[in-house]
Amino acid sequence: MHLRRIDGIGETLLRALCLLGAAVSILAIVDIAYQVFHGAQPAFARYGFQFLRDSAWKPNFNVFGAAPLLYGTAVTSLMALALATPVGIAIGLYLSLLAPRGVRAVVGPLVEMLAAIPSVILGFWGILVLGPFVRARVEPWLHDHLGMLPIFGAPQTSGSSIFTAGLILTIMVVPIIASVSRDLFQTVPRELTDGAEALGATRWELGLGRALGEAIAVTQVIGAGSLVHASLFQTGDTLASRIANQFQGAVGKLHISALFYLAAVLLVFGIATNLFAQWIGHRFDRQVAVAR
Amino acid sequence: VTAVDFAAPLRASGNLRRRRVVNRMAEGVATLCALAAVAVLGIVVAGVFARGADALSLDFITKDPPLFGGPGGGIAPAIVGTALIVAVATAIAMPTAVLVAVYLTEFAGPRAGRLVRLALDVMNGLPSIVIGLFVFGLLVAGHKQTGFAGSLALAVIMLPLIARASQEMLLLVPDHLREAADALGVSRWRTIVGIVLPAALSGIVTGTVLAVARAAGETAPLIFLSSIFGNQVTLNVFGQALPNIPVTIFVLSEQADPAGYARAWGAALVLLTFILLANIAARALLARSRRRMQG
Repeated sequence: MHLRRIDGIGETLLRALCLLGAAVSILAIVDIAYQVFHGAQPAFARYGFQFLRDSAWKPNFNVFGAAPLLYGTAVTSLMALALATPVGIAIGLYLSLLAPRGVRAVVGPLVEMLAAIPSVILGFWGILVLGPFVRARVEPWLHDHLGMLPIFGAPQTSGSSIFTAGLILTIMVVPIIASVSRDLFQTVPRELTDGAEALGATRWELGLGRALGEAIAVTQVIGAGSLVHASLFQTGDTLASRIANQFQGAVGKLHISALFYLAAVLLVFGIATNLFAQWIGHRFDRQVAVAR
Repeated sequence: VTAVDFAAPLRASGNLRRRRVVNRMAEGVATLCALAAVAVLGIVVAGVFARGADALSLDFITKDPPLFGGPGGGIAPAIVGTALIVAVATAIAMPTAVLVAVYLTEFAGPRAGRLVRLALDVMNGLPSIVIGLFVFGLLVAGHKQTGFAGSLALAVIMLPLIARASQEMLLLVPDHLREAADALGVSRWRTIVGIVLPAALSGIVTGTVLAVARAAGETAPLIFLSSIFGNQVTLNVFGQALPNIPVTIFVLSEQADPAGYARAWGAALVLLTFILLANIAARALLARSRRRMQG
C-alpha cells in the first residue's frame, strides 16, 4: 500500500514536471514574440509598413527606413544560398553515395565541424584574411570578366563588401545543407541516421534561417553604409547587423523601437521559413512513407 | 537473318560513353566540393592557430587585460566569465530540455506533441540576436546588464538542441526494456527514471556537450546582455555583466588596433580549441554509445 502511494506521487510529480518543461518551451516562444512586437510597437505606430520601403536611416532626426537593410539581408542570404545549395548538395551526395566508408567517417565529421566554428571567429577571419584577399584578387577579376552585369560593378578600394559577407555566410550554410541532403539521400537505415541527425540539429530550414539572422559575422565584415547599391562589391548592412551595431549606442526610445521593428521583421521571416520548410518536410515524409 | 551479337549491349556506344564522362565529371565535382569544405575548415583553423599562437602564453590565460589597452596582459576574466555564463545556461537548459524530451516521448498525445515540437523547431530557427533582444526586454531594459541575462539567452539557444538530441536518444531506447519493466510490475515513473533515462544518458550528455560548444561561441545576444564589463575576474553572475570571450573578440575586431588584433587572435584560438575538442569528445561519446545500443 505504502509503495503504491509513493508510486502515485512519483507518477504525478514526473508527469507534472515534464508538462511544466513543455509549457515553459511554448511560453518562451510566445514571450519572445510578445517582447519583440511590444518593443517594436512605438516604431510601428509611427511609421507603419512605410518603414519597410523608406531608405533613410537618421537616428538623430527620428527618420527610420529599413529598405537598404532588407536589401542587404536579401542579397547576402540569396548569394549564400545560391552558392551553398549546389555545393552543399554535392557534398551530401559525395558523403552518402560516393565516398568509401573510411573516407566518409573522416570527411563527414570534418564538414560538420565547419558549422561549429563560431561566427565571431569566422567574421574576424573574414575581415583580416578573406576580405583583403577578395578585395585584391577576386573582385577585380570578376569585375574585369563579368563587369557588364551591374552586380559586378566597380569594386571599392577599402572596407569589406556585401560580397565578402555573402562568402562568409556561404561557409556557414554549406555544412548545414550538406548534412541535411546527406540525410535525405540515405533515408534507408532510419534509426542509424536519427542519432547523427539529432546531433547537429541539422534541419535544412536552418540554412536559410542562419543566413537571414546571422548578425555577428555580417556586422564584422560589412562596413556600415546605408544606401541601396546595385553592386555586390559596395558596403552594405543587414537587418541583423544593424541591430548588433546600433543597439548599444541607441540615441532614443524611437531608435530602440526601430531596431526592435527590425528584429520583428527577422522573427516573422524566420517563423515563416520554418513553417514553410516543415510543410515541405511533411510532404516529403509522407511521400517516403507511401513509397515504403 | 544476321546472327545476334551478344556482345553488342556491352560495347560502349557514343551515348554510353557520354553518360560515363558526365558521371565521372559529376563525381569529380562532388568530391571536389567535399574537399573544398574540408580545405576551408583547414584554412580557417590553421589561420587562427598560426596567428593566435603568437599571443598565447601562460600569462595570456591567467592574467587580466592591460588597463589602458596596448600589448601584454591576458584574457583570464573573459575565460572565467564565459565558463560561468555557459555553466549557468547549461544548468537551466539541460534539465528543462530533458523534461521536454521525456514529455514528448513518454506522455504527450499527438496534438500536444506536435505543438511542443513546433515550439522547439521555431526556437531552434530563431536568429540568436532576436533571442538577445527578447532577454533584453525581459531582464535588462530598465535594469542593468548581468551575466545571468546572457545565461538565459544561451539557455534558450541550447534548449531545443538538447531536447532534440535527448528525444532522438529516448526513441532509440528499445521498447522491450519498457515492456520488461512493465511485466515486472514496475511503475511507469520508475521505469522512466530508473531504466529509460539511464539507457539514453550518454546521448543526452552528447547533445549537451554539443550545445555547450555552440553556446560558448554565441556572440550576438551577449552584446546587449553582458558587454559592459570591467577587466578583472568576477564571479558575480547575478549582479553584473561578466567579461566573456566572444564579446572580447567582437569588440577587438571592430577596432583597428594591431595589439588588439593580436589579443583577438589569441582569444579566438582559446575558444576554437575548446569548441573543437568538445565536438570531438561528443562524437567519440556518441559512437561508443551507439555501438553499445546496437550490441
